[in-house]
Amino acid sequence: MSSSTLIACHECDVLQRETSCSSGGTARCIRCDAMLYRSPRDGLNRSLAFSFGAALLFFLANVYPLATLDAKGAISSATLFESALALYEQNKPLVASLVLVTTILVPAANIVGMIYLLLPLRFCRKPRGASKVFRLIHAMQPWAMIEVFMLGALVTIVKLVSIAEVTVGVGLWALAGLMLLQAAAASSFDSRDFWRRMAAIEEERRIVSDTVEATHS
Amino acid sequence: MTQYVTAAKAGLLSCHACGQLSKPTPDHERWSCPRCGSHLHFRKLDSIWRTWALLIAGYILYLPANLLPIMETSSIFDSQVDTILSGVVYLWTTGSWVLAAIVFIASFVVPLAKLLALTLLLVLAQRRSTWQPMQRSQLYRFVDFIGRWSMLDIFVIALLVGLVQIPSVAEITAGPGALAFSVLVVLTMLASMSFDPRLTWDAEDA
Repeated sequence: MSSSTLIACHECDVLQRETSCSSGGTARCIRCDAMLYRSPRDGLNRSLAFSFGAALLFFLANVYPLATLDAKGAISSATLFESALALYEQNKPLVASLVLVTTILVPAANIVGMIYLLLPLRFCRKPRGASKVFRLIHAMQPWAMIEVFMLGALVTIVKLVSIAEVTVGVGLWALAGLMLLQAAAASSFDSRDFWRRMAAIEEERRIVSDTVEATHS
Repeated sequence: MTQYVTAAKAGLLSCHACGQLSKPTPDHERWSCPRCGSHLHFRKLDSIWRTWALLIAGYILYLPANLLPIMETSSIFDSQVDTILSGVVYLWTTGSWVLAAIVFIASFVVPLAKLLALTLLLVLAQRRSTWQPMQRSQLYRFVDFIGRWSMLDIFVIALLVGLVQIPSVAEITAGPGALAFSVLVVLTMLASMSFDPRLTWDAEDA
């Protein structure tokens, strides 16, 4: 893979040659200025590390309550899942599942998928069913909405402080961290590097099996 | 003017998921990416008609989403019904101007602006217009990026409903507007995904 590889812009379809951009830089389309690709510095290690961090924070964000409400002695609190569940119990299954999918299921699948792809690759192994997982992660991307939820939490707290005493819980802090780590993991994921490594492993395997065959015959 | 060659003109399919270019195999009806296995098309399938269908459904839902109550607050003293806009008014009158503006933009302005912008892009693409492709590209990118933020109000409702469950003191329930609104947001997101931005440039390349 040299600088002569052709790529097409996904927004205007213009063919252009891949240029090696400095690590940490981004390449843009010559015609419509859409972002073509990023070259993150040390992408594999970083996105793997961020994903592990995100997994830990995801656990905390889902175990601890997001906030606690104290209205003259009457206390109530809720975790992320309990919020979705409350909607479900109020006969709003569709809205409840939308909240569940965008704030819990998709982020979780994203983290698991990233680790599943990158950890074996880190040790030069090819993850089984890699292309399926890659496609799944790509398709899920627009539906992960933790950052929108965080802004929603901020609005909620502002709405409630005039009525009751609100304490921000561990869950919400963890969610804030999760939001940052997932963004960092996504932006340091280098998909071109990913496929390069996959191809290299394949190539190596072929050479090894060819040599084995040659020595046997 | 520089002459550009598109992948479609060169007879190459580009993968929307992994970016790999490939030649279509002549013996198959459906092409898939040799690298990652995604289904490939020169342009998104039925992009214009699918986007129209989703947009029209979105327009129909826009009114109920904004007029129907999204939540009901009942306490021992009184009960109160809120729509998207009355929530904004509440934030404004309690002095949270910045948040009021954010919620107003995210829930009221963005869905409408998104519907209108996609309609414009769609009509221009359908008429194969060569008018301002660069700005249309930028508009599409912006619309595609901003759409998710409309979910803001749904998350506010979810959290309020989950948190404010103090029996005999105060309780918040989600109203029918919440359903209409979340479907509206999902429809506009699907509409912007089904629109193929490459159609904007195709007229120029023809």
